[in-house]
Amino acid sequence: MSTQTLVEGAAAPSGAHAFLDVRDLRIHFPTDDGLVKAVDGLTFSLEKGRTLGIVGESGSGKSVTSLGILGLHKGTKARISGEIWLGGDELVAASKEQVRQLRGDRMAMIFQDPLSALHPYYTVGYQIAEAYRVHNDVTKKAAKARAIEMLDRVGIPTPDKRVDDYPHQFSGGMRQRAMIAMALSCNPELLIADEPTTALDVTVQAQILELMTDLQKEFGSAIILITHDLGVVAEVADDILVMYAGRGAEYAPVNEIFYRPEHPYTFGLLSSVTRMDRIRQDRLNPIKGAPPSLINVPSGCAFHPRCPYEPLTGGLGSTVRPELTPTTGRPDHLVSCHLSPAERQRLFTEEVAPHL
Amino acid sequence: MGRYIARRSLWVVALLFIISIVTFGIFYILPADPAALSAGKTSSTEEIELIRTKLGLDKPIYVQYGTFVKGIFVGRTIGENECGAPCLGYSFKNEQPVFETILDRLPVTFSIAVGAAVLWLLMGVTVGIISALKKGTFVDRAAMTGALAGVSLPLIFTGYVILLVLVYKLKIFPQPRYNDFTDNPLKWAQGLILPWIALAFINSALYARLVRANMLETMAEDYVRTARAKGLPERTVIRRHGLRAALTPIVTIFGLDIGQLLGGAVLTEQVFSIQGMGKLALTSIFNTDLPVIVGVTVFAAFFVVVANLVVDVLYAVVDPRVRYS
Repeated sequence: MSTQTLVEGAAAPSGAHAFLDVRDLRIHFPTDDGLVKAVDGLTFSLEKGRTLGIVGESGSGKSVTSLGILGLHKGTKARISGEIWLGGDELVAASKEQVRQLRGDRMAMIFQDPLSALHPYYTVGYQIAEAYRVHNDVTKKAAKARAIEMLDRVGIPTPDKRVDDYPHQFSGGMRQRAMIAMALSCNPELLIADEPTTALDVTVQAQILELMTDLQKEFGSAIILITHDLGVVAEVADDILVMYAGRGAEYAPVNEIFYRPEHPYTFGLLSSVTRMDRIRQDRLNPIKGAPPSLINVPSGCAFHPRCPYEPLTGGLGSTVRPELTPTTGRPDHLVSCHLSPAERQRLFTEEVAPHL
Repeated sequence: MGRYIARRSLWVVALLFIISIVTFGIFYILPADPAALSAGKTSSTEEIELIRTKLGLDKPIYVQYGTFVKGIFVGRTIGENECGAPCLGYSFKNEQPVFETILDRLPVTFSIAVGAAVLWLLMGVTVGIISALKKGTFVDRAAMTGALAGVSLPLIFTGYVILLVLVYKLKIFPQPRYNDFTDNPLKWAQGLILPWIALAFINSALYARLVRANMLETMAEDYVRTARAKGLPERTVIRRHGLRAALTPIVTIFGLDIGQLLGGAVLTEQVFSIQGMGKLALTSIFNTDLPVIVGVTVFAAFFVVVANLVVDVLYAVVDPRVRYS
């Protein structure tokens, strides 16, 4: 990797490619009801050792994006365009077989519900060893030893015994640890975690997040953390991409998102978070309305029907689609909004921040 | 595992006991008079009464049942006829102990069931898998249309069509009949191939639809997505992760179907005039041959119950979640 790409930082890719570089990714699904534009022009990048949090409501395209990076839409009816660069290889145009060989080896994934994501008929150890053996030409014995080593690494007690257990004999947190062990068995450079803590007890959630960051420090992998929980990304992410209707709404370093957000949708997400360190307010402030249909995406800015500040755009909001552009003074803070940066900053400090 | 099997086996014995009581009771309540039936049409009332006393049919039902059960274990004498253990009664129509009649017929039905089962399992599972993997394509539609026809057409139709076309018109196959397997395996297969095909046609259609539905369901499971995310080749994903789970319910249904079939492939045996358990059951019903009906019923029940036990044990072997609960 050249020093140039390292210097460039995560949020501002230009000519040279970052370790993971997604450019204008579009994933559309033709259905009987029409074309579902699950992801529609998404651009982001990620360096090794860094964590990107992708945040958004259900149906904003988070999971479709991650499955798209893994190439799991290949061979289905999905129409994919754009570019996905992983360590110098382009994946959208690559063959199904090429991507399969990368999958599980250079890039791996952790899923939301570890019980349904593990096969009920095979032992945990077998499933981890299987992941290792696909990409490494080793004996069954060596693969099992690797499985035990990985289980130990993710903090499963007496791994040499638990390796022969079935998933239903594990607790929820242990299952997710096993999933992580499986994903990390080939030392992937990119780890995608799709809501890894959603199905877990709150007490276990923190342990799993801590484990992921520890392992990241050790292996130096890049992590994409997909979640709808801002609390989770606040702890572990370096950068945050807020997604809305298959596009990036705001993309910035974590502190910018939490302390100087500029997109009205991000305002809404922050206002929806329950806070225990503040005096209880009358009520929570949910974002009004529901996520838009991905078949008939609203014209102009997809968020405009729900945006309280839409009248301030002078009609632009409902007619012209805004692009993700840097705000004034912060080239790494990208916002897709028609309001002027000064206006957005004023709205946040005057109207949103006092209620957070 | 051993305890589990032992516990289930005890249940099998208890269940068979209950079935025998119910069957025995039903036939006792029926208006048919076994004494009159054994005596023959021309007998006088006195002769019938004599036979009734001789056969112990004048005793209360529980005494008769007791004798019946005792006969199963130690044998007994019915009239002048010796009926060795296990004695399920004596048929005056066939002039033979019921158990011997059943023993004669059992290999016939067994041959039909096993041959057909192999055929339909192979065809049904293969077609089901291909259909599921090629969902929505021409292949899938053609297979499912064929399966629909297979499910809809009754055996008495397909069976006779097969006989008419392949045996009588085209003369490709000989008239179906049972030949002993140990004498000549080739002749055995040749004689039974048509009943196998007829029986397998219906069942493979059912299995194809079932396998297809199960396969579609499991291939959409999260663990299949995990298998793909590991980078496993698609063939391995299908075989090891999809098929394994999709076929588990098939084991259950297959076991039960076989169990039921061993009690008599009634329609198949009737259509192809093969003297198996099913044909025996039919004939004995037409002739009101009560001892045979009771014997065949208890035997058929035995197969179904044992098949159930085997299925449960197999299930525990296949699915680890069942094993420990």
